[in-house]
Parts: sequence; structure tokens; C-alpha cells
Amino acid sequence: MAEEISLMKGNEAVAHAAIRYGVDGYFGYPITPQSEIIETLMEVAPWETTGMVVLQAESEVAAINMVYGGAACGKYAMTTSSSPGISLKQEGISYMAGAELPCLIVNVQRGGPGLGTIQPSQADYFQTVKGGGHGDYKLITLAPNSVQEMADFVALGFDLAFKYRNPAMILTDGVIGQMMEKVKLPDFRPRRSEAEIREQCPWATLGKPASREPNIITSLELDSTEMEKNNVRFQAKYRVVEEQEVRYEEIKCDGADYLLVAFGSAARICLKTIELAQAEGIKVGMIRPITLWPFPTKVLSELADKVTGMLTVELNAGQMVEDVRLAVNGKVPVEHYGRLGGIVPTPDGVLAALKEKIVKY
Amino acid sequence: MDVKNIVSPENLVYAKPELMNDNHMHYCPGCSHGVVHKMIAEVIKGLDLQEKTIGIAPVGCAVFAYKYLDIDWQEAAHGRAPALATAVKRLLPDKMVFTYQGDGDLAAIGTAETIHAANRGENIAIVFINNGIYGMTGGQMAPTTLRGMVTSTSPDGRNVETMGAPLKILDMLAMLDGVCLATRVSVHTAAAVKKTRRMIKLAFENSMAGKGTSIVEVVSTCNAGWKMTPAQANDWMVENMFPIYPIGDLKNI
Repeated sequence: MAEEISLMKGNEAVAHAAIRYGVDGYFGYPITPQSEIIETLMEVAPWETTGMVVLQAESEVAAINMVYGGAACGKYAMTTSSSPGISLKQEGISYMAGAELPCLIVNVQRGGPGLGTIQPSQADYFQTVKGGGHGDYKLITLAPNSVQEMADFVALGFDLAFKYRNPAMILTDGVIGQMMEKVKLPDFRPRRSEAEIREQCPWATLGKPASREPNIITSLELDSTEMEKNNVRFQAKYRVVEEQEVRYEEIKCDGADYLLVAFGSAARICLKTIELAQAEGIKVGMIRPITLWPFPTKVLSELADKVTGMLTVELNAGQMVEDVRLAVNGKVPVEHYGRLGGIVPTPDGVLAALKEKIVKY
Repeated sequence: MDVKNIVSPENLVYAKPELMNDNHMHYCPGCSHGVVHKMIAEVIKGLDLQEKTIGIAPVGCAVFAYKYLDIDWQEAAHGRAPALATAVKRLLPDKMVFTYQGDGDLAAIGTAETIHAANRGENIAIVFINNGIYGMTGGQMAPTTLRGMVTSTSPDGRNVETMGAPLKILDMLAMLDGVCLATRVSVHTAAAVKKTRRMIKLAFENSMAGKGTSIVEVVSTCNAGWKMTPAQANDWMVENMFPIYPIGDLKNI
């Protein structure tokens, strides 16, 4: 049988991948540039086949809290939105981190601040990896750079979320969400039965049998001695994630004099810049972080001993550059190049910035 | 006959509900919450729904409701209980799903979640405690606070010109097609308690039967917040709350 290859938008790939993964519930609210996700789900009507629930909520706040309710039952629950809507979801994300609930959130970023623009942006990096909601918590963050990864990271996001009982986010943008590419969708998996969920998620609120104590999902603990213990437990979990789940792509780093660091759509643009630079005899490689948290700190620190300078390329005013500088810890200069407010950098623009800011070293 | 002879199983006429555990309750003496918790425990047991029930606790005085009833619980963010309940019931349609919410939770910060869950006719039961005040945070004005009522954020009494009039959210909810039961009850007399138990039972049966959204508003006292004795608070509720929030069914289909 021929391999099943489709041509579709990144947003559509998320919807199809969710159905095929066996997601139990999708809860969303329309916002550009990601509305194709809920539209595709409503069109495909998976409740007639896999039994997946798809619900258009009255707000992003309601949608993320529906995800909380579903996740607390051990179900695969997800929501998607774009930057202004993701700001509204921060309450629910913090509560889920505090209640240790696994779920998947997709942010198809657009330019801000405020209502901003509907054009692509990566300006929610800080919001995603540094907190966003209140309290000391971390959000497992995946940054796809293709329609294929939009599809693949649905499964990866849920797998990591359930492995660590923590929310996970796909942080993408209007470029990846809207562009059409070839994609091989994952195979269909059956949704889990209630008995399977009871076995895999003994903490889930599915109704209390006589054989166990009540399951209570909460982020509340008024006794600060106990609350500190909860926080210490969260931090220990985050350290394990940082140790074991870092993912990145290394491109032409062998023998490189300079390094680009970029994720998602910016990394796609930088692939072309690397070709242009090579034609001019400039040896530049790239680290593409796939997990933004946990961040690929170690490889950047190692490469700082081999290159003479690094340039981060971001669709923002300079956010990830701070994490790269922390990783490099002053060993080599780390500069930033970005376009703002929905403008996408060009490969030539990146090359010019590389020459101006880094190659001089 | 001494006490030892009287306290024996064959003389038992009333007992603590089986689903209520021995955790020390944090509610103030005289508060309505404890009575309503007991009704819920009795109804769940009576309907044999312990293994099928998921309760959603609010933010407010009842934030620790999950400590007292031996069922599975989720603790919601402030006002969001109907959103949680929506997902739980949609994903587990054979379960009995109820929220337990106060007036600040349901009628202020959670108005949108409440109205839209009810408008979708989610098959959930909502137990709504209306005592006209924010009890947990120390007695601030609620959307349901009466005209002229003194609270810590309306020290000169609620001025409806600047603070709005008491919100009769049950009347709003009763208008929605998705609502099958909208009823007001109280727990200040033995007869009222019996009626409340009956309406909570009906609401839980409606959830299992998939009839739509049921809301049982319990007009309640907050004697601590109202700065009264429990007995005074009951009288004050009858005289002042009942005219604005009249007891009875607004809708029961």
C-alpha cells in the first residue's frame, strides 16, 4: 500500500492528528490564525467515529477550564488558540500545573501586544517558557517547524504531558499554522476505555469505587509547610524533565565558525540563510531548539567553545536570546535579530544581520 | 434506664450520612453549608450514586467541600465549575456531575460559565448557595447583596445607583431552554430541609436522565458575615432575603 501523504495546513494537521491519536475532548474558541483547527474538527465530526467530544466554548477561559475538567478525569483533553486567547488561558494553565494535570495546548502565535495583528509572531516565548500564569511552574513547550511536526507533536505533547502529569504546549505561529505542506498523518489509535484510564491514571476522578479513597484534584493547600513540599516536588519533576527531555536539531554545526539559534518558522528561514552564507564562504551552523522548555542549554554551552559568535533569529524583540546567553555564559558574543509585529524576516535580512553583528568577531 | 441502654443500634433513628467523613468542618456555627453538604451526602447515598458521582468544588466558603464527602472531587478556579462540569459530563455521560457554588462564584466571576453551560443544557446539577455576601474573604458585597445591606465593601449599605441591584440570576437561568429545573429552597426549618433534600435529589436524577441543567438555589444564612446569631440570621433571611429571592420553583419540567 502506498504511503498515505496529504497536503494540508499546519492547523488542519493538528486536528487530524488529534483525532488519530485518540484524543477524548477538544474545547476551543475561534481566533485567527488558528480557527481551521476547530473548523476541521467540526467538519470531520469525530464524535461519529472515535467518540471524540468537540465543543465550541463561550470563551478561551471556559475552554481551558473544560480542559481542566477533562484532564482531571484522566482523559486526553486539549485546546488551541492564538496569542490574545492564550493570555486568557493562563489562569487555567497555572491551575493545571498546580493540580499536576496533563493536557495539550496549542498556541498559533500572532503579533502583539494587545489585539496586535493576525500575522505571525514568536513574541509569546517569554509567556510560555517563563511562566505566563502565576506561581513557580513550568510548561513543557514544543516548537514545530513544519506541518509534519505540527501533526507529530500532538502525540509527543500528550505523551510528555502524561509521563510527567504536566501541561504541554505546542508553541507555533501563523506561518506554520497557515502554510500547506506534505504530511504523513499518524495511524489511528483507539481511544482508551474507562478501565484503561483507571489503570493508567489511578488519580483520575472517574467516580469513587468502594476499594479506594476519594480522588481529589486540587491546586489548593493552605498549610504553607505542605505547599512548600508540593512546590519542592514540582521542582524535582522539572529537573527530571530538563535532564531527560531536551530535544533539538543540529544543522551543519561541524566546523562552523558561527552559530544561528532559531526555532519554528524562524528556523525554516535560517535554513536558506545558511545556504546563502555558504555561497559566500561563511561557515555557519544552526541549533534549532525543538523543546523550548526544557531548553537545549548543554549543547549551546558546548558549541560556545567551538564558534566565535551566535545569532538568535526570532519573530520578536529578543526573548530566546536571553536563554542562549545564560547557556553560553559570556564565552562568546550572542546577538539577536528579529522582526516585530507580524513581519517575517527574510533569509537575506538574516544574513545581513549575521555579517553585521557576528561575523566581525 | 441509663444512657448505655439507650444508645444501641435498635434505638437508632437518625445518623450521620455514610458519605460524610470525620474531618473537622471549617464552617462557622450556624452556617447553612453544613446542612446542604449533609443533604447532598444523603441523596448520593440514597440514589446509590457514590461510584458514579464527580463533584466540582468552587472558590469561596465551600472551597474545601471536597474534604467532607467521600466522593471524587475536582477543585475549580473561581467561577469556572460549570466549565469543568461540562467537560466531565460530556466525556463521562453515564456519571452524575454536580457543581457546588456560592453567589460570588456563580453570579459574579463565573456568570459567563454558568449562563452558557445552562444554555447548552449541560446535563449537570448546580447547587447554588446564595447568602448575599462573600463569606470566605471576610464579608464583602456580592452580586446578590440586598439593597442597603452593609458589607465591608459597601460600608454605607449597597447603593443600587452605583453598585447595581441584587442579581436574580436564577430568574435569568430559568429563561434558558437548556434548563429543566430552576428552584429556590432554604434550610432554616426542618420542613425546608426536607424540601431541599427532595429538590437536590430531583436535580441529581435529572443529571443521570440527561434532562438538561438543574439549578437548586439555596437561600442561605451567613450569620458570621451578617454579624448575627444563627437564630437572628434565620429570621433576617425570612424577612429580608425571601421577598427578593422567593422560595419555590421557577421552572420544573
